[in-house]
Amino acid sequence: MNASALIKTVPAHRFHGGVHPPEHKVESSETPIEAMPLPSLLILPLAMHTGIPADPVVKPGKSVCKGEMLAEAVGGISASVHAPTSGRVVAIEDRVIPHESGLKVPCILIEADGEDAWRSRHAWPDWQQRPMDELLSRLRNNGVVGLGGAGFPTDVKYRNKHKPIHTLLINAAECEPYITADDRLMRERAEEILKGAQVALHLLGAETLLLGIEDNKPQALAAIKQAAELLHQPLQVCVVPTKYPSGGERQLIELTTGQEVPAGGLPSDLGLVCQNPGTLAQIYRAVVKDEPLISRITTLTGGAIERPGNYEILIGTPIETVLNHVGAHLKQADRVIMGGPMMGFALPSIDAPLIKTTNCLLVPTRKELPRPMPDNPCIRCGHCEQVCPAGLLPQQLLWAAKHRDLESAQLHSIDACIECGACAWVCPSQIPLVQYYRYAKGEIRQENEEYIKAERARARFEARQARLEKEKQEKEARRKARAEAAAKAQAKKKAEGAGDTAQDDAIKDALARAQAKKQGKTDTANETSLADLEKALELAASKVKKANERLVAAEQDAPDMANALRKAVTKLEEKHQQAQKALDEARNKEPSA
Amino acid sequence: MPVTLTSPHTTGAQTVGRVMAWVLAALIPGAVVLIASFSWGYGINLVLAIATALLAEALMLKLRGRPVGFFLKDLSAVVTAALLALALPPLAPWWLTVLGVLVAIVFTKHLFGGLGHNPFNPAMVAYALLLVSFPMLMTTRWANPDLSLSIVETLGIIFSGVQPIDGVTGATPLDVYKTDVDRLVAAEILQSPVFGNFVAKGWDIANLAFLFGGVFLLYKRIITWHIPVSLLAGLGLMALLFSWDADLRTPLSLHLLGGATMLAAFFIATDPVSAATSNKGKLVYGFGIGVLIYLIRTWGNYPDAVAFAVLLMNFTAPFIDHYTRPRVYGQSKAVKGFKHDG
Repeated sequence: MNASALIKTVPAHRFHGGVHPPEHKVESSETPIEAMPLPSLLILPLAMHTGIPADPVVKPGKSVCKGEMLAEAVGGISASVHAPTSGRVVAIEDRVIPHESGLKVPCILIEADGEDAWRSRHAWPDWQQRPMDELLSRLRNNGVVGLGGAGFPTDVKYRNKHKPIHTLLINAAECEPYITADDRLMRERAEEILKGAQVALHLLGAETLLLGIEDNKPQALAAIKQAAELLHQPLQVCVVPTKYPSGGERQLIELTTGQEVPAGGLPSDLGLVCQNPGTLAQIYRAVVKDEPLISRITTLTGGAIERPGNYEILIGTPIETVLNHVGAHLKQADRVIMGGPMMGFALPSIDAPLIKTTNCLLVPTRKELPRPMPDNPCIRCGHCEQVCPAGLLPQQLLWAAKHRDLESAQLHSIDACIECGACAWVCPSQIPLVQYYRYAKGEIRQENEEYIKAERARARFEARQARLEKEKQEKEARRKARAEAAAKAQAKKKAEGAGDTAQDDAIKDALARAQAKKQGKTDTANETSLADLEKALELAASKVKKANERLVAAEQDAPDMANALRKAVTKLEEKHQQAQKALDEARNKEPSA
Repeated sequence: MPVTLTSPHTTGAQTVGRVMAWVLAALIPGAVVLIASFSWGYGINLVLAIATALLAEALMLKLRGRPVGFFLKDLSAVVTAALLALALPPLAPWWLTVLGVLVAIVFTKHLFGGLGHNPFNPAMVAYALLLVSFPMLMTTRWANPDLSLSIVETLGIIFSGVQPIDGVTGATPLDVYKTDVDRLVAAEILQSPVFGNFVAKGWDIANLAFLFGGVFLLYKRIITWHIPVSLLAGLGLMALLFSWDADLRTPLSLHLLGGATMLAAFFIATDPVSAATSNKGKLVYGFGIGVLIYLIRTWGNYPDAVAFAVLLMNFTAPFIDHYTRPRVYGQSKAVKGFKHDG
């Protein structure tokens, strides 16, 4: 096979800004991936992903096999959870998880029995012959989420097809300092990654496979190229210069294609889907080998760790156990960081378990990553602006955030900030800029929610006022009608008393009856249509409510989806208003009928 | 384990103190040339101004209840003092320098909120105030490059208060050309010894030295090219348009190398606190200063115009910022002005 026919190199474009923090990759990248021994207890949070927490399908006391489902995905954006080893469910209780808040959330606790016995698995070597639906439900039922950091349920990426996808972009930049999990995985399991990519291409109906990789990983690149030859998989390779944050999804897309994801949009708007190597390998395992996501490669590194490297660790292993295994000297460190030094967060507690998105645990010594210094005032030197990959004016955003001038923050497009921390890294005044932006973003989100709530309350109130007013008028009209009828009857009686012929009366009665009958008929007709309209209104209202719930959930977990959902809510609200209007009109007609 | 530590967990090595130290380092070649060409006056002024600035800064920090040592370390007061000392006439009486520094540090900087909060360039506010208040001292106390004064003589002129004898002091080349161009042609004007063999004796080399220091700052990425280049472009363009006849107006060469042009372009106009923010904004801001320098030098009452030009553009900086925001990633065009339309 001719090498050049399969593998094509495409030139790299540029992105604005970026920084060059010390890489610290070699500490962990030069030893092979090592499997971590089985822990005695595993803690599996129901929410290790972006979206709705999974729903437990086991009860305490139940024995489970390795790979058996513990909790299933519910709703559109969710991922199921599986037993990482065989054992017994000992409890379902609130435990601390790796999240900045330090809050305790529901987790399933498994006591390992040491057998590590698999559930039955049904490999699909013939996966290409299977219908799409089955492939997708394998992804969902095997709990696959993005392993790069956000933990977005993978099946959703392949279901959401609002635009045709032509390219699958493998995000192998791994630009964060210290982290080498993808690097190692590519060197050792390149074939799995490409087989996963083949499944992904098939699901997307995409023809191009594009690899974006930083130039500091030549061995990984060589391994991928070799695997592509072996699998006869056509591959485009774009080697990008080592510069943080080239691995940001939007930055890598700009680097490899020269295109920008439109503001508020998704990569799929450009016909692209982005996936990191670890996720692709997991797609292969889930779809073809029927193995759920129960372990991952995590980089354990930092000056306070004796044996840094990459380890294959069961999801749910307590972080303390993990750190003990590699000889972490916690006394030398004042924080354990999940993720890298640029975008990772300090764990509130090492009692938390390793979860699906733990790509790195960094235990730096105090000297290695010193505590922040007291900050100087901003001197507007503009170094931040020169490095911002989103093209923002960080110094102006700081002013806006500091003074809670949310309007100005939005004017300066704070929503485009990806919180990469490049600005804070270069800041000579050592200002924790990203913290200010997070604060401002949070305030804006809250204000928007309050505004929407207030708007809804106002609309509800006005509708109620209008309804009450209408009912009052209708009542008044009925009362008048009754009074008139009574007066007529009175007059009639008086006239009867005066002595009209009985025959005349009979005719009049008959006419009145006929009239009444007619009226009755139209009344019922009117009522049925009214009932229909009311039902329609109710349905619309419940739809709005449901959409709103989903929106709120999405705003918290998946801001990318929020915009689309917000549009949907507006549409549904319009429909709701139309239904209300139709009903009102029908009611208006009623008294005149 | 503290949980207040958030990303990024690491920062680069740059600090405000280091930035200011590089600026000071870049000023050295220009300062050396000025001292060599125009007497020790510049050196004495530098020492005097920096000492006054540090004292004033410490006092104001104390009064404002701020940590004194922490803020003195940032060296910003030293930079302000150095810029002012290099801009003032070298043989001006000592109190002029001290007064200028006090105006810069106390009024222009600390009364507006200290480092990072002054809307105007402190050194230039001080310079403008002195120029308006003491026009005689500010225009006639420039040193004659043909006379070499000893350090003792210089100290005497600065501190004793006696009038220096004729010929020791004089006007700047820009001043001389401007005054003479009304009645003489270029060839005649250039007979004056202040112009020397190249463009303007002493000044030309000093400007080249400041240019060298400025390029060094660019290389160290302390400043960006936008303000210096647009400033020189603005000044140069105006000179090409209106100064093509050296018999009529001051020629381009003298504009670029005769006054404080290079010091202004690379060290004064680039003060980030009072300048426009975005790269595009900096281009507008610098160009504006360049045009204003030419306008004031040519049709204004003052021979040099850097201070007024910089201050006028300081006024416009916030406005410029609103209309020169860069296009953000993923947006089809930049958001301009004061309203967000979606």
